[in-house]
Formats: sequence, structure tokens, C-alpha cells
Amino acid sequence: MAAPIDLDDVVRFEREERARFVRRALVCTSTACVTAGALPVRDRLTAALDEAERTDIGVVSTGCPGLCSRGPLVRVEDRAEQTTIYTHVDTEGAGAIADEHLLGGQPTDGATTMPPDLPFFARQERVVLETAGRIDPERLEDYVGEGGYHALAKVITLMEPAEVVDAITRSGLRGRGGAGYPTGRKWALLAEAEADTKYVVANGDEGDPGAYMDRTIMDSDPHRVIEGLAIAAYATGATKGFVYVRAEYPLAIERMERAIRAAKRAKLIGRNVLGSSFAFDLDVRVGAGAFVCGEETALMASIEGRRGLPVLRPPYPTEKGLWGQPTMINNVETLANVPAIIARGPDWFASLGTESSPGTKVFALAGSVADTGLIEVPMGISLREIVFDMAGGIPNGRTFKAAQTGGPSGGCIPAQYLDTPVDYEHLRDLGSMMGSGGLVVMDDSVSMPEVARFYLAFCRDESCGKCVPCRVGTEKMHAFLDRICEGTGRRRDLQHLESLARTVRATSLCGLGQSAPNPVFSTLEHFRDEYEALLVDLEEPDAGNRSEEVAHEPA
Amino acid sequence: MSPREPRATVPVTIDGQEVDAVEGETILSLARRVGVPIPTLCYLDGLSVHGGCRLCSVEVDGDPRLRLACATPVWQDMDIRTSTWDLQEHRRRIIELLFAEGNHICATCVSSGACELQDLAATNRVDHIHYELSYADEGVDASHPKYVLDRDRCVKCTRCVRVCAEVEGASVWEIAERGGGSRLVAEMDVPWGEASSCTWCGKCVLVCPTGALSFKGRGVGEMRHDAEVVAFLSRARNEGEWVNRTDEEVPS
Ligand SMILES: Cc1cc2nc3c(=O)[nH]c(=O)nc-3n(C[C@H](O)[C@H](O)[C@H](O)COP(=O)(O)O)c2cc1C
Ligand code: SF4
Ligand code: FES
Repeated sequence: MAAPIDLDDVVRFEREERARFVRRALVCTSTACVTAGALPVRDRLTAALDEAERTDIGVVSTGCPGLCSRGPLVRVEDRAEQTTIYTHVDTEGAGAIADEHLLGGQPTDGATTMPPDLPFFARQERVVLETAGRIDPERLEDYVGEGGYHALAKVITLMEPAEVVDAITRSGLRGRGGAGYPTGRKWALLAEAEADTKYVVANGDEGDPGAYMDRTIMDSDPHRVIEGLAIAAYATGATKGFVYVRAEYPLAIERMERAIRAAKRAKLIGRNVLGSSFAFDLDVRVGAGAFVCGEETALMASIEGRRGLPVLRPPYPTEKGLWGQPTMINNVETLANVPAIIARGPDWFASLGTESSPGTKVFALAGSVADTGLIEVPMGISLREIVFDMAGGIPNGRTFKAAQTGGPSGGCIPAQYLDTPVDYEHLRDLGSMMGSGGLVVMDDSVSMPEVARFYLAFCRDESCGKCVPCRVGTEKMHAFLDRICEGTGRRRDLQHLESLARTVRATSLCGLGQSAPNPVFSTLEHFRDEYEALLVDLEEPDAGNRSEEVAHEPA
Repeated sequence: MSPREPRATVPVTIDGQEVDAVEGETILSLARRVGVPIPTLCYLDGLSVHGGCRLCSVEVDGDPRLRLACATPVWQDMDIRTSTWDLQEHRRRIIELLFAEGNHICATCVSSGACELQDLAATNRVDHIHYELSYADEGVDASHPKYVLDRDRCVKCTRCVRVCAEVEGASVWEIAERGGGSRLVAEMDVPWGEASSCTWCGKCVLVCPTGALSFKGRGVGEMRHDAEVVAFLSRARNEGEWVNRTDEEVPS
């Protein structure tokens, strides 16, 4: 049996190795850049170096640095801490970068580059994405070289499980999967549960349209998720874990699986982790891509090989989860925060962000902004800073109309709230929610009833069909929106839409149905005049039309 | 614990009435015992709880969420309201949604006069459907020699699925697909008559709340279901009592 990995040895070796290079080209090979043609770019760079027989210049395939709209991205690091970021690189451009910059030592003339102090990067606070985009996600040593797995080693050698739970509780970390439940409290529940087998699960289903934070974490820094899970297992007494990834994320699946194999070989998971008595077995489970399978009870059914339908809670997963055993489900981003909290301490983490929402949040920026991509910002930052300072504002001479957060469960935030701090409570008070971190910016050309219709169609299509209000209610709400958007809706259609939305919210079984009306409520709250303008009978409703409300006085 | 042994009671308020509830029983069981009507559709005595129709939703004081009467055990000093105006409205809308989803044309239905959906509409005073009708068009599966399935009348309560799996042990039925497209299928979506696992016991037909499952050859209004057979069977199995017990015992 091989000995466990010596982390400090690896760090030393990686440092020496790094020092050997005069220059390195970091090529993003995350999903967006690969789609834009990053692999031929990387191969072109490698070929040029091979031809020149230069082994002191490196080409590294990295994960995602975030500025996806300008990919493929190539970052050239000269030894003197000097970095040039080339954007929209094609193979021809790669040839020029290889010849002039990598081999010639001079930044390539005429290529599109990015100022190093671009606010898109400068304003970020990277905890979860600390090493994403800087390391090769397919090399365990790269992660270890940046301090990876040291937190796991620390908890195993220096901390009691209860101390780990306590550290997470004190950090104030809250679930990044949507609801913001205090993570430490969840860990404590699993730790208290008594059973022979307990499970921890990383939820990487990420079904919200437009969201790809978790995908990026998994394909750009898979070991961070593994380390977070292993620490969670140690703290709670779990011995078996799963990373649940949707099938639409082939690169994330491949890299998670590869990383798990590497971690097993290095004895960072498996039996006798790092030579201790702690054992933790980990596997990837691939989901078939239903949005509802991100809901924790449906997710567990899916892992067990059953139909992914939500079931009634209680019992909660920490009481009765996978195969009847106590189980804890944490979002991928939640877990990716854990190594840093352990390494740098809960007080450091609690000092980031706001008092009630400490830490950072990764957002997937999309829509009408100059730069789209992934950003990690401290909680409490204002929408205005994100949209106008970091993302470069609204292009094409248009103006800001609304920001949609929280995906199909969230809502639209209008311009007058641009200065609201972005955290769980403030977004909820505005009728939206943090959700998993999708942020779609809309300009004044967008019709808000259309937006509501779009998200409602998503929920209708993704409803599992188990309960009546969601299965049929979303369909009928959509029918009312169809009429309104197409200009044939009457006032009573709007009234029925609203009353039905209340019933769907109040009576649906799981979060999908309960929150499906949110886009309707929030657009009605902030943009009711747009609905009104589409109605064909604008006069005041007469009492006769409101039969549903008045015809049945309570007996 | 033997079923005869009296169980501890807890004080509970239901619609303003102070009653003694049996510890661990559901709100629904309590309500039925003390004569408070709560509408149900997917729930059936003797089967596992499904929680899909949502008709039994009730308000519990201090709880921001509605609770399902069929699934929620009572707790001490619980204050339950079963027929607030909001609840009545929610129920009416859910019933309307069911009518809009399927083809529930009572005048042509085998189960008219003995249909739980029809009864729900009457008792909850649904006299108009405000939602766009779906005009379901799944067609009729009459391939079984004894029974007929009309999917357009199915409310997806899964009683048939559960009775077949849990009582008969045959597991012929399952719901396939999802959302509005979900449909009741026999085995791997074969015509019922070709489902070799079907034992022809007919329990699914007996528990169906609507005219979706019926005995072959019944005309309009001629179908009679007998959903209580399940409670009878489960009592016989679990308590060894081969009796129809219509009035539950009140705990001493
Ligand atoms: C319809 C629905 C979809 C969900 N999808 C996800 C998802 O894709 N990823 C996720 O982490 N949580 C999702 N959740 C939330 C999970 O149920 C669960 O609360 C979460 O994974 C817990 O992790 P956290 O405490 O770290 O946030 C979803 C919930 C609902 C109701
Ligand atoms: S709310 Fe929708 S997704 Fe959730 S259980 Fe009900 S039908 Fe399924
Ligand atoms: S009877 Fe309770 S949900 Fe159907």
C-alpha cells in the first residue's frame, strides 16, 4: 500500500517546479472557453514550444477565471509578477502569442488584451474561486501547491469533530443552494444523528437557467469540493459521500471523477485518510437533468435509483435520508467555502460580507451588460456596483430596467433598488431571492410580462407532476400570461392569474411549486402598469366579473 | 404496542373546539373522529401517504406554512383551522384545476353519482371553471378483459399505484413522464391487457376516485367503487380483525 501524500513535500516541489519557468501561458479550458475554441489554441501554444524545444516555458490548462464573454482567454505570466491577459484568442493569435510573447518575451502587438486592473477582476473577492483559473484542475499537485488539502489535514490532526462544526457555525456560513440555511446548524444536526452509516452529498444539480457557478467550481477546482466534503464528513461522522452532478455537465463530471481517483490514490479520501483512522468514501452520481432533482428529497430518490420526486418533509434528510440513514445535502459552493474557513479561521470569514450574510457569493452575470461571466463578490455589495462598475454597464445606448436574481424561483429588481445591498434578507424583502446566484440584467427593451412568462414556462416544464397546484396551476397561470402577453387578456385574466398564483404558492408540495409564482408576483409588484397596458378592457372591473371572489360568501 | 391498549392523549384545538387527540395521530384522523370535515382525494386509509392533491391543507396557528392534515401528526396545544376563507378558496381552485386538466364530463361518465371529484365540487361549492380547459386526449385503454382505463379522467392521485404495490404486491402501475405530461402506465407502458404482472384482482378499480378505472361493460352512472376495502384489508392484516369498522373507537 502506498503511503499517504506528504502535503508539504508537494508544496515544496511545486514551488521549485514553478521557479523553473521563465514564463507560463495559462489557457482557460473550462466549458465556455472550450466551446469558444480554447483547445486548439492551447495545442498551438504547446506545439510552438515543443518546436522551439523550450522546456522552461510552460503551458497550463486551467479552469475558469470568469470573464467568459471574452474567451478564449490566455493569460501569460512573466516571471516578474507581470501578467498579460489576451482575450478572444484564436489559433492564429495563439501563434503570435507563442512567437512574440512566450518565446520573444515581448507582449504581442495588436492582440486584444485586457487591462490588468479591469474592475471586473479588481472588485472581486475570491474565496471559492481563489484558485479557479490559476491551476490545472486535472492535477492534484496544483491544488496542493496552492495550499489545498491542508485544511483537511488540519482538522484530522488537530481538531475534534465538534470543533469543526463549531468553526463552521461561528463563521456564519449559510447555504448557497438558495435558501440560506445556516450551514453549521445543518452540520450539527447530522453530527447529532445516531446511525451506523451517515451520508454527505454535494448538490451540483444546478438547474436554474443561466446559472453555472457550481459547474465552474466543479470543472475548474474539483479538489476544493472534495476537500469541503471530506471535512464535512469528518465533522459529522459521515463515512460515505456523493457528488451529484447533472448529466449536462460532462466536463464537470469527468474532472470530478478524475479528481476523486487522484484523491483516493493520495489517501486524501478512502480508508485511513492521511494515515488516520478516519475513512471517507466518495463517488459521483450523475443526474438525468431534471430541475426538480436539485430539491434535496428528489435528489436522494434519484441517487437511490428511483424517480426523482420530492417527498414530504419531515422527516428531514438529517433524520432519514439516503436508504433511510441520516444524510446531509450541501450545495457545491457552500462546501467550496469550507477549506478556506478552516484554513483562515471562522473570524476571518465572518469579517467578509455582511453581519447576517457573511462571506462572498459567486454570481453568473448574463444579459444586457458589457461583460458577462462569473464573478465572486462580497455579500452586501450593491447591484449598482456589480452592473455598472464591474460588468461595464448597459451596452447599445440602452438603460437599465431590472435585474433578475434567483432564477425561476426569484424575481426582478427594478432600478430604484440598484443601491440595495445584495444579501439573503434584502433580496427576499424585494420579492426576489439569492437563489443559486444567477443574475440576469435586463434593459429597457425587455417586456416584464414576457419575462414572467418565460420563467413560468420553465417551471411548468420542470414540474414533476406530483402535486396538483404545481402540475396544473403553473400550466393555467402560463395560459393567462399567454393571453396577456399576446394582447387578448382581460382584467379578469389578470385577477385569476393573481389568485391562482397565491394558491400555487401556498399549497404546492416542494420549493419548485411554492416559488414558481415569484417571477409573476415580483413583476406585478414593480411593473404592474406593463400588465395593465396589455389588457384589452381597461375600465374598472365590475363586481359581476369577480364571481370567484364574491359569489361564495363563507357560510 | 397492542392496538387495544389505550394511547396517551394530548389537548388540541380544532376550529375552536377543544378536543383530546391521540398522541401521534394525524390531524385528519382526529378531524374525522370528532366530525370536522376536511376534504381529501389522494389519501386513503390503509395506504401510504402521498401528499399530492393538497386538498387537506389546513392552517396551524403560529405556522407560516399550510400543513397537510393527512400527513401531519398532532402536537400538544396545536391550534388547527380547517375552513378559513383562504383555505376554502385554495380548495376550490385546486378542484377547478383538476376539472380543467382532465375530461370530467359527468353526463357521459360511468362513475357519475359515485365520483369523489364530483362530490368534492359539490361540497366545496365549485360551480364554474375559471381556467382554460386542457381537453385531455390520451384515449381509452380497453385492452384488459375485465377493466377499462380512461386516462383522460385520471387525477393522478396514485391510489391505484399504491394499492397495487402495497396491498396486492403486484406493482403493475406507475406514473410515467413528468409535469402536465405525467400519465398512469401499466408496467413499462404496455397496454393493460398485456401486463403480465396484473393479477386481475381489481383493487385499483375499487379505489379509483373517479371514472378513470372501471369495470368493463358499465354504462353512464353505473360504476360503483369501494375504496374502503383497503382499510378493511389493512386492518385484517395488521390487527387480525376481519371486520368493517366504520366508527373509530374514541380513546378512553
Ligand atoms: C426545485 C428545487 C431545485 C433546487 N435545485 C438546487 C440546485 O440545483 N442546487 C442546490 O444546491 N440546491 C438546490 N435546491 C435546494 C436544495 O433542496 C437544498 O436546500 C440545498 O442543496 C441545500 O444546500 P445548502 O444548504 O448548502 O444551500 C433546490 C430546491 C428546489 C426546491
Ligand atoms: S411542487 Fe411541483 S415539483 Fe414540487 S412536488 Fe409538487 S408537482 Fe412536483
Ligand atoms: S389528502 Fe392530503 S394531500 Fe391529498
